[in-house]
Amino acid sequence: MYNFDFIKPETLAGAVEALAGEDAQALSGGQTLLPSMKQRLNAPATLVSLTGIAELKGVSGRAGASVTIGAATPHAVVAAEAGAFYPALADLAGGIGDPAVRNRGTIGGSLANNDPSACYPSAALASGATIKTNIREIAADDFFQGMFTTALEPGEIITGVSFPIPEKAAYAKFQQPASRFALAGVFVAKFAGGVRVAVTGASEGGVFRWTEAEAALSANFSPDAIAGMAPPAEGMIGDLHGTPEYRAHLVGVMTRRAVAAAH
Amino acid sequence: MPKDSGIGASSKRREDVRFLTGKGRYMDDMNRPGQAYAYLLRSPVAHGRITALDTREAEAAPGVIKVMTSADTAGIGGLPCGWQIHSRDGAPMHEPKHPVLAEGKVHHVGDPVAMVIAETAAQARDAAEMIVMDIEELPPVVNMKDAVAAGSPLVFDEIGTNVCFDWTFGTPQAETDAVFAAAAHVTTLDLVNQRLVANPMEPRVALGEYDPITELHSLFTTSQNPQLIRLLLSAFVLGIPEQRVRVMAPDVGGGFGSKIFHYNEEVLVVLASKALKRPVKWTSDRSEAFLSDRQGRDHVTRIEVAMDKDGHFLAMRTDTLANLGGYLSTLGPAIPTILHGTLMAGNYKTPKVTVNVKGVFTNTIPVDAYRGAGRPEATYQLERLVDKAAREMGLDPVEIRRRNFIQPDQFPYATPVGLAYDIGNYDATMDKLVEVADFAGFEARKAESAARGKLRGLGVSSYIEACGIAPSAAAGALGGRAGGWESANVRVNAAGGVTVWTGTHSHGQGHETTFAQIVADMLGLPENMIDIVHGDSASGPLGLGTYGSRSLAVGGSAIVRATEKVIAKAKKIAAHLLEAAEEDITFDKGTFTVAGTDKAIDFGTVALTAYVPHNFPHETLEPGLEEQAFYDPANFTFPAGAYACEVEVDPETGKVSVCSFAAADDFGNIINPMVVSGQVHGGIGQGIGQALMENCVYDENGQLLSGSFMDYAMPRADDVPNYVVDHSCITPCTHNPLGVKGCGEAGAIGSPPAVVNAVIDALQRGGYSHVTHIDMPVSPSRVWAAMQAK
Repeated sequence: MYNFDFIKPETLAGAVEALAGEDAQALSGGQTLLPSMKQRLNAPATLVSLTGIAELKGVSGRAGASVTIGAATPHAVVAAEAGAFYPALADLAGGIGDPAVRNRGTIGGSLANNDPSACYPSAALASGATIKTNIREIAADDFFQGMFTTALEPGEIITGVSFPIPEKAAYAKFQQPASRFALAGVFVAKFAGGVRVAVTGASEGGVFRWTEAEAALSANFSPDAIAGMAPPAEGMIGDLHGTPEYRAHLVGVMTRRAVAAAH
Repeated sequence: MPKDSGIGASSKRREDVRFLTGKGRYMDDMNRPGQAYAYLLRSPVAHGRITALDTREAEAAPGVIKVMTSADTAGIGGLPCGWQIHSRDGAPMHEPKHPVLAEGKVHHVGDPVAMVIAETAAQARDAAEMIVMDIEELPPVVNMKDAVAAGSPLVFDEIGTNVCFDWTFGTPQAETDAVFAAAAHVTTLDLVNQRLVANPMEPRVALGEYDPITELHSLFTTSQNPQLIRLLLSAFVLGIPEQRVRVMAPDVGGGFGSKIFHYNEEVLVVLASKALKRPVKWTSDRSEAFLSDRQGRDHVTRIEVAMDKDGHFLAMRTDTLANLGGYLSTLGPAIPTILHGTLMAGNYKTPKVTVNVKGVFTNTIPVDAYRGAGRPEATYQLERLVDKAAREMGLDPVEIRRRNFIQPDQFPYATPVGLAYDIGNYDATMDKLVEVADFAGFEARKAESAARGKLRGLGVSSYIEACGIAPSAAAGALGGRAGGWESANVRVNAAGGVTVWTGTHSHGQGHETTFAQIVADMLGLPENMIDIVHGDSASGPLGLGTYGSRSLAVGGSAIVRATEKVIAKAKKIAAHLLEAAEEDITFDKGTFTVAGTDKAIDFGTVALTAYVPHNFPHETLEPGLEEQAFYDPANFTFPAGAYACEVEVDPETGKVSVCSFAAADDFGNIINPMVVSGQVHGGIGQGIGQALMENCVYDENGQLLSGSFMDYAMPRADDVPNYVVDHSCITPCTHNPLGVKGCGEAGAIGSPPAVVNAVIDALQRGGYSHVTHIDMPVSPSRVWAAMQAK
């Protein structure tokens, strides 16, 4: 790790100002950024911590309507507190990483990083969530723009995420054996107006909606409706842990399992 | 009835008090006054010629004291190789120099090129980035099959080939081939024993300190064998008298073989400390460990068995390519040859066995011993082959093994591959396994799994290993350049406490407890009167260290011999005090008695008399009560056993879950059953890791793809089941005084084939009869791909 300056503002305005500095980088839970800094792969001049800003924290919602998570809320808090509003979201948060990751890592950090194997992007996209920043609101469909790429502008800070609450939902993840990130993770959300299916871990393009499955499940919300279906292998990630064909197959399996588990 | 102390008791590990309360003395906690810090600049490419190395800017950087390159190591030797293999034509193996800093060429990613020494570790690392290193990249040699093909680029230009040795062993090939030509059935299996990274919990550390007054070179290091490092560093690398080197290895957080070897960094910190007259410390981080610790396994093999119509093994033959990496490591050539080829008879009375092994240089990190070292590779080949043969012959996997087991009345049994097994009873461990693993209940468990949509399978393996390494004469005959003895010093202190020095080293094995149990038992003293000391070449006796499941069988035997000498001398003192003839004195449970009388004296009084010799036979005896013994074993020891694994395969994802694992081991006599169980547990965990998860992979450029725990899948607690471990089948070793065989590696040797056999069994029973083999790691993606490949 190289030397850097560290600022921990207590207000959003203070964070925005600090991030305007040259080569400043927002730090939330640090579960991705700090390891990459330790390996000297990333060397910001200034880290601006967002975890001292009270307004970025917490879980609030209206039963049956929506739940809003402050961007700097750790996964463990979402796992413990979001279940009353959105059980599938709480389940997903409780299955991220390990206890250390869940107690440091935050939803805002995860979405801003948009790791193609992270869990949260699938929940946001499948739920049709709204990502709120210090300057605007961005629909999840517009937010994720490919592996490690989002609609965020430089210096823009996610303040919270608002999830509409579906009738039924579930997340099914098949873990990569080493990192235990998603080799294929599928979040299925059934709304009155239709079903949304978002896939993480599998595609070279990052999180995506599997529209074929959405159409089939909107007509008949049951695993049988998508029996034998899988997205095309083309464009899926191929690495040590699985071929594109295997990942495409897993997407089908995990989608069926998510549908079966939806509650 | 279990004993509560001494030999056979499950005494709690006394070392755990400090380990579990954070009081262990690990190397990174150790700092010397005035210490400077070293950082290694390593090659970023697998193969290339160093065309420029400019250190001037780095030398001028803040805090930098010195930058060392190969120019600074010109006057010393390379890292020695401890074993010389000869090829089939009688020629000695190629033995190119292994420089401590790269000379001219880099041979693998992570090859050390320069070392920066600075006031702080961060300054050293910052300065290393200022070194201008130009490397003209050469085509890398990564895959072994490519490496041995004509026209391959060469790892070492000067030897003209990538084949270090072409070794054949056992029955002459023509004799074996003749049996194959006439056999009723031949089963053939091609398999890969994948490369592994040892990953001990504590990364390596080396700290050098030089005293210009006494000319003592001190090295603190994370080693399994400080005495051996002293020998190699002083005699072979530095060329100085051995007593001017002191090597200390305090608490070491696991080794699994990877801390046997003499490493570049150990030499460099000693040289640097001498040049700078300051202590110099290097600490590896986990990323650096992936690039610099010697790696394990990495064999590609074809193995075949010829059988008669009833499944009796008539002959076996194997052809193996064994990866040695970019340099010869300390024991590199010994692992795929004498620790592998000699085990290819397994537990079976196969009359003809021919083993062929080519040792291959590649532009990868050097390969050397990893828990089991050669014997897991042998066992895996054999036990996978035997399973496949059983299927092809329509025999039960247990039955085909029983048909071919060496029988108890055949011991001592000379195998066609050079070993003489002293004793064993392979049917007994198989019987015990069938019982403790509840084979009878398998069908019911399988039905229960099927009800949940899972495919259940049962896999079996037998294993034998050659441990207690090693009889010096045998090692020498097989190419070893060192002996295989061990030594011990037993000092009875004046007030009756006992200090025992051993040349072996404990880095998790529990020697401080188990060795004390032996001496306590022999002297009739409470265990807490005995202290075991190890890890410092200056205070301990000579020794060769801990590997090859040798510490108890060889080091423990040396302790027994030294303690016997103590008792013999104490008897003379007791006879004098009791005014009786020495031959009339008996010693039992700490008391000397004149046979047939009630005249007795306790051990403590005798010990005190030895140091306060007012009434003492000075004419015939020296005062004091301290003895040393060297022990050189007459043979290897041969632990053996049978393992069973049950798995469930998820047919939708290919994911394998280990439901249960049972081990029935014959380790000979047992000193501490709890410690033995712990050793077996750890070994099985590593075996399951190899079978299902771990894989060290390089890309075609020689870059390490699995260079962190994000991609190298280490098993975690929830990847392994609770184990059933039984070691009640005992055939005591016939040639060491304790009748012990060693238990440190068995778990890692016997378990991988049991796991893979279970997966194949599950798929076969589940209707995937086309799947006869899947290479390790049997990962979800590989299982799924095999299922699709109909």
